[in-house]
Amino acid sequence: MFADYSWGELLSIFAMQGFAGLILFSVFVLMALGLAIIFGQMGVINMAHGEFMILGAYVTYLVSRLFETYMPALFGIYFFIAMALAFVVAGALGMVVEWTLIRRLYKRPLDTLLATWGLSLILQQLFRSVFGPREVGVTIPQWMMGSLPLTDTIEVPINGLFVMVLAMSISAAIYVLMFRSRWGLQVRAVVANRTMADAVGINTERTDRLTFGIGCGVAGVAGAAFTMIGSTGPTSGQLYIVDTFLVVVFGGAGSLIGTIASAFSISQAQSILEFFLSGSMAKVLTLLAVVGILMVRPQGLFALKLRK
Amino acid sequence: MTDFPSMATGRDGRFLNRTEMLGAAALALLVFVLLPLALDPFRLNLFGKYLTYAFVAVGLVLCWGAGGILSLGQGIFFGLGGYALAMFLKLEASTPEATAIQSTPGIPDFMDWNQITALPGWWQPFHSLTFTIIAVVAVPVIFAFIIGTAMFRRRVGGVYFSIITQAIAAILTILIIGQQGYTGGVNGITDLRTLNGWDIRTDEAKTVLYFVNGALLFGCLALAQFVRRSKLGRILIAMRDREDRVRFSGYDVASFKIFVFCLGAAFAAIGGAMFTLQVGFMSPSFVGIVPSIEMVIFCAVGGRNSILGAVWGTLLVNWAKTTFSEGFPELWQFGMGALFIAVVLVFPDGLAGLWKQHVEPLFARLKPRPSAPQPAE
Repeated sequence: MFADYSWGELLSIFAMQGFAGLILFSVFVLMALGLAIIFGQMGVINMAHGEFMILGAYVTYLVSRLFETYMPALFGIYFFIAMALAFVVAGALGMVVEWTLIRRLYKRPLDTLLATWGLSLILQQLFRSVFGPREVGVTIPQWMMGSLPLTDTIEVPINGLFVMVLAMSISAAIYVLMFRSRWGLQVRAVVANRTMADAVGINTERTDRLTFGIGCGVAGVAGAAFTMIGSTGPTSGQLYIVDTFLVVVFGGAGSLIGTIASAFSISQAQSILEFFLSGSMAKVLTLLAVVGILMVRPQGLFALKLRK
Repeated sequence: MTDFPSMATGRDGRFLNRTEMLGAAALALLVFVLLPLALDPFRLNLFGKYLTYAFVAVGLVLCWGAGGILSLGQGIFFGLGGYALAMFLKLEASTPEATAIQSTPGIPDFMDWNQITALPGWWQPFHSLTFTIIAVVAVPVIFAFIIGTAMFRRRVGGVYFSIITQAIAAILTILIIGQQGYTGGVNGITDLRTLNGWDIRTDEAKTVLYFVNGALLFGCLALAQFVRRSKLGRILIAMRDREDRVRFSGYDVASFKIFVFCLGAAFAAIGGAMFTLQVGFMSPSFVGIVPSIEMVIFCAVGGRNSILGAVWGTLLVNWAKTTFSEGFPELWQFGMGALFIAVVLVFPDGLAGLWKQHVEPLFARLKPRPSAPQPAE
């Protein structure tokens, strides 16, 4: 399949497809980070994760319309406000869901899966009723449009670059939160041994609620970032949910580094294959490879050693 | 999850105890007498379609209710069974005479539209009805065996199994849609006409197929009941509740799981094939994630521990879906979501559990009470 291209062309193809893969990688990382916290740390299957992301996207859409109508002068910075708001809204909803639904089901993981699927159906219909069935897009601020030419044949779009930077900074923030903060210490203690954590005075219920809320909030931020590179519809979240779960499982549940590494390999494989095969075959081959590897190595790439 | 009532099935050594016999008789009355008498051929065909999902739900009672394995990919097997039969029917419908206007007569129309000029080799065996009937069950079972062996031998279970089966369902859907020259793509395999020369589109044929479908369903129910009543059924429940203890007692846990998963796949495949026959087409929208998880909810609403409950649940949810989504499509989506949550939080044992808790005590009160056992002096 490489024979028809010259070396220079091949290099450009790999660079451009590699960059497209990096954007996909950023979306995967943003979505998977929230899930890595909720599924990886707490062991809760949240099938409504995609809908929390779409909630963030719709919040961004609303904020952008608000700025367009009332504060056109500040339009350049609306995205940052939208992102913060998306985090708060999705996080708050997440905490409500944890309090009403999830906390009753910690001992029944399969039932959690069904209940959160029901939640995702309700949220989807809610989006459809409020925003209509058609996809909506936001106006990207002026400074994010256009692309940076690197060479004659390679150029990188600025909005993609921005999403990448965002993904990297949020990953760093979560790393700090998990491994350098009091909250992170409590979360890890509860994961490692719930009873002991309870015994040394950690409020495990509050930790659970906060963890779930932060995971959902990160999904909201992912949704906000998602609006910069694509449009949003009521069922967009469902398209990504399986991919995202595979990313987290493939990386090894519980390992943040694993999640990032697996998001990187899956997205790169998919986008480079996409150039040579049809989009659907690229996806089939990538996912098949992931499932195949998981059958041989069920614990994922980076397994966290835990006494169960 | 300890669940003693479900373990109590048939301590007395009979195939069906009194309540189960009454339940089976009531269901048979509904399926074979009441529905055919009350409904016009169109509605009856609709209920026939619902009953094909019941095959999947019964399989799920064995896998999930008894074995504790929640497969979110039953649509894979339903679809494979359905597609296998649809391929046979499509080949029969694509005679050179019927397809004379195509640029390549004698191949299915969707292949012709996708510039394919010869029938692919893996389609060839589906000219034979015998091969097709074997393939309807064998292909999904082999597929389930491969998935099951790979997962259960490595002791992958619980939510991981669910996620992986879901991913496989997603992959298969993308593959079917992507390879439209060979599979009919997103429209599926449509315009099926005859089965060995017998026109399946007439009202009489649909009525006959409805009864065949019902008979097959009762065959599967009997098989499922046999499994539940056997020692194998006991081991499955023991595995669900304390897998380690069963393993330490010397049982090969993985083999039992693989067996029950394959059995569930076979049931689903038969349902899929009957679906194709009764509805007249097969498409990827019955293979993917959404239909697979909906089949789980049919089973959960009916009662994950009751094979008869699963059939009732399937009929009820589908009937409600058709009725509500005709009138209020928006409300139905909310209702379906609420159903998922309610069945988990409020009535985890489904309709069968509610029946056992609230209705059976009423019956017991109606019956003349046998004199209370005298305490032994």
